Amino acid sequence: MNWLTDNKIPLGAWMENFVDWLVDAASVFFDLVSITLETMIISMVDAIEWLHPLVVIGVVLAGAWFLHRSIGLLVFIAAALLLIINMGYWVETIQTLVLVVSATAISVLIGVPIGIAAAHRPWLYTLLRPMLDLMQTIPTFVYLIPTLILFGLGYVPGLISTIIFAIAAPIRLTYLGVSKVPNELLEAGLAFGCTKSKLLYKVELPAAMPSIMAGVTQCIMLSLSMVVIAALVGADGLGKPVVRALNTVNISQGFEAGVAIVLVAIILDRICKTPSVKNEV
Amino acid sequence: MTVVSIENVDIVFGDNQEKTLPLMDKGHSRDEILGMSGDVVGVQNANIEVNEGEICVLMGLSGSGKSTLLRAVNGLNKIARGRCLVRDGDKMIDMAKCDETTLRHMRTHRVSMVFQSFALMPWLTVLENVAFGLEMQGMPKEERLQKAREQLKMVSLDQWADKKPDELSGGMRQRVGLARAFVMDTDVLLMDEPFSALDPLIRSQLQDELIELQKRLNKTIIFVSHDLDEALKIGTKIAIMESARIIQEDTPEQIVLNPATEYVEKFVAHTNPLNVLRGRSLMTAIDQLAVKDGRIMVNDDAWIELDGGKLIKAHNHNGEIATVDWTPETILANTPKEAVFLVPANIAMREAVEIRYHADQFMILMEGDQCLGVLQDHNFYHALLGKHFGRDESL
Repeated sequence: MNWLTDNKIPLGAWMENFVDWLVDAASVFFDLVSITLETMIISMVDAIEWLHPLVVIGVVLAGAWFLHRSIGLLVFIAAALLLIINMGYWVETIQTLVLVVSATAISVLIGVPIGIAAAHRPWLYTLLRPMLDLMQTIPTFVYLIPTLILFGLGYVPGLISTIIFAIAAPIRLTYLGVSKVPNELLEAGLAFGCTKSKLLYKVELPAAMPSIMAGVTQCIMLSLSMVVIAALVGADGLGKPVVRALNTVNISQGFEAGVAIVLVAIILDRICKTPSVKNEV
Repeated sequence: MTVVSIENVDIVFGDNQEKTLPLMDKGHSRDEILGMSGDVVGVQNANIEVNEGEICVLMGLSGSGKSTLLRAVNGLNKIARGRCLVRDGDKMIDMAKCDETTLRHMRTHRVSMVFQSFALMPWLTVLENVAFGLEMQGMPKEERLQKAREQLKMVSLDQWADKKPDELSGGMRQRVGLARAFVMDTDVLLMDEPFSALDPLIRSQLQDELIELQKRLNKTIIFVSHDLDEALKIGTKIAIMESARIIQEDTPEQIVLNPATEYVEKFVAHTNPLNVLRGRSLMTAIDQLAVKDGRIMVNDDAWIELDGGKLIKAHNHNGEIATVDWTPETILANTPKEAVFLVPANIAMREAVEIRYHADQFMILMEGDQCLGVLQDHNFYHALLGKHFGRDESL
């Protein structure tokens, strides 16, 4: 047994060397990505903060009404957002929302095409599956360290970690949706003269849409669950007061920030749950 | 004019075709080949010609290869050997060898398809579903929706244009499927068990509608079915398949009267003769009737007099019997009940039975002015008991 512990395989050292090498070789690239994303997020946050909170609430309510036509939902959203303002977490809420929406948008933009590609090429999914499993099971703190080193403090390491954690959902569910398209629909598409791209846009994607939308919703929720962890690497938002409350053992601050996160989660969930999805299946 | 011509077609599913094809040539069975090369033989050496206006029914149990063969006609299934020719104007295009562009042209302009489980797009409205193929033809939106609407009227579903398919009953959904295929205005229609998923009443109704549509549009239809009654009802030609081979190809009546193998015979044993048999197979020929005192005796009570095959008189013990010249347009209610009907030799059994139900006398089968034979109760009973069906029984 001693021999086993004495001759340690330097797994950790290898990883460290690899990250060091990345920093040396591609620091310009990572800096560029970091600065671009940071600027984008900060300017979005500033733009929304510049608006009067009631205007923002109005826009959210209009969107919710357009999607769901439910008075009850509007009342709830209005009450929840007003309570957040009352607790003094408006700015943090905006920051969190921008982070979550950006992470989701990037995850979907990358994840959906990967999912489609995997559905068309079984070997690609065989390759992807262990990677997706790894990305979802490895504790998030572990890859927080290299992302912190590569991208520096701020929104961006939080954003990247969130994407690594959440992107598996759109990939998996797009893959599932596209590969489960009934064979008869594909045959019908081909029999009536679809080209490969028409088959994708006119048959496969619409047929897979309920599944893809479920992936998007899941992606949003996963992103939100990363808020507190992102705060550890300097991303502003509702995670910060939670971390601060933890460090100072401040029950009231922790509770209020927690309530704000829960409210944001419920609002996002209710808005994203498209009732029409069920009818389309 | 030949529209679809299937020549020596083999279809194999699997990756060892170089190994499988020689095995097929050596005459190994499907199961043996599966064991030896791991490939599944879908269709073996199929040959069919379908002419313009024909409804050719591919018949067989599931797994016999009928749907596989059908899918070769629009290139959904790849052919391992042989040719599958479909007419495009003056040319015959080989669907197995043509390039992508030609294949798409054939699919959008020459061959359309109806599916067993409808295969409607659940996210499109009924109208958009019917217009789906037209969109692939590249027709502008206004025009294709207009055309789709007209087609929906033809299947009496115009009220349902803006509904989603899952709001429709099974029968209505398949009418949408038919409309989607018919609106393409292609010469060839492929139908893969289109009515099998429907309940019997709706099925028979849609079969009638198809026959009516076909009378007007005169398409070339290849129809897959596992139901012989359906095949006999709508087919002008039937090809029976068993384990990847076509074992008999003939007209409906010939299939029923002369089944080629025991397998076909088993199918035929349960058919309803009313839909299939015609006068010529039912009748007692004139020269088989007894002659007594120069009279040709139809039965103990009635006789006919002929002169060189032409009818002079029909008699019974009460004297001469009136005759009625029957055509398919004749309205039975306007004809006398005590009369001998002169009917065409190819009269359907169902029509003959209806005449017998109306009139109390026998019928005489005519070809031009020649009497060929007579039909009376005995002939009908013989057919209804299934005595015509059987391989070695002579008529």
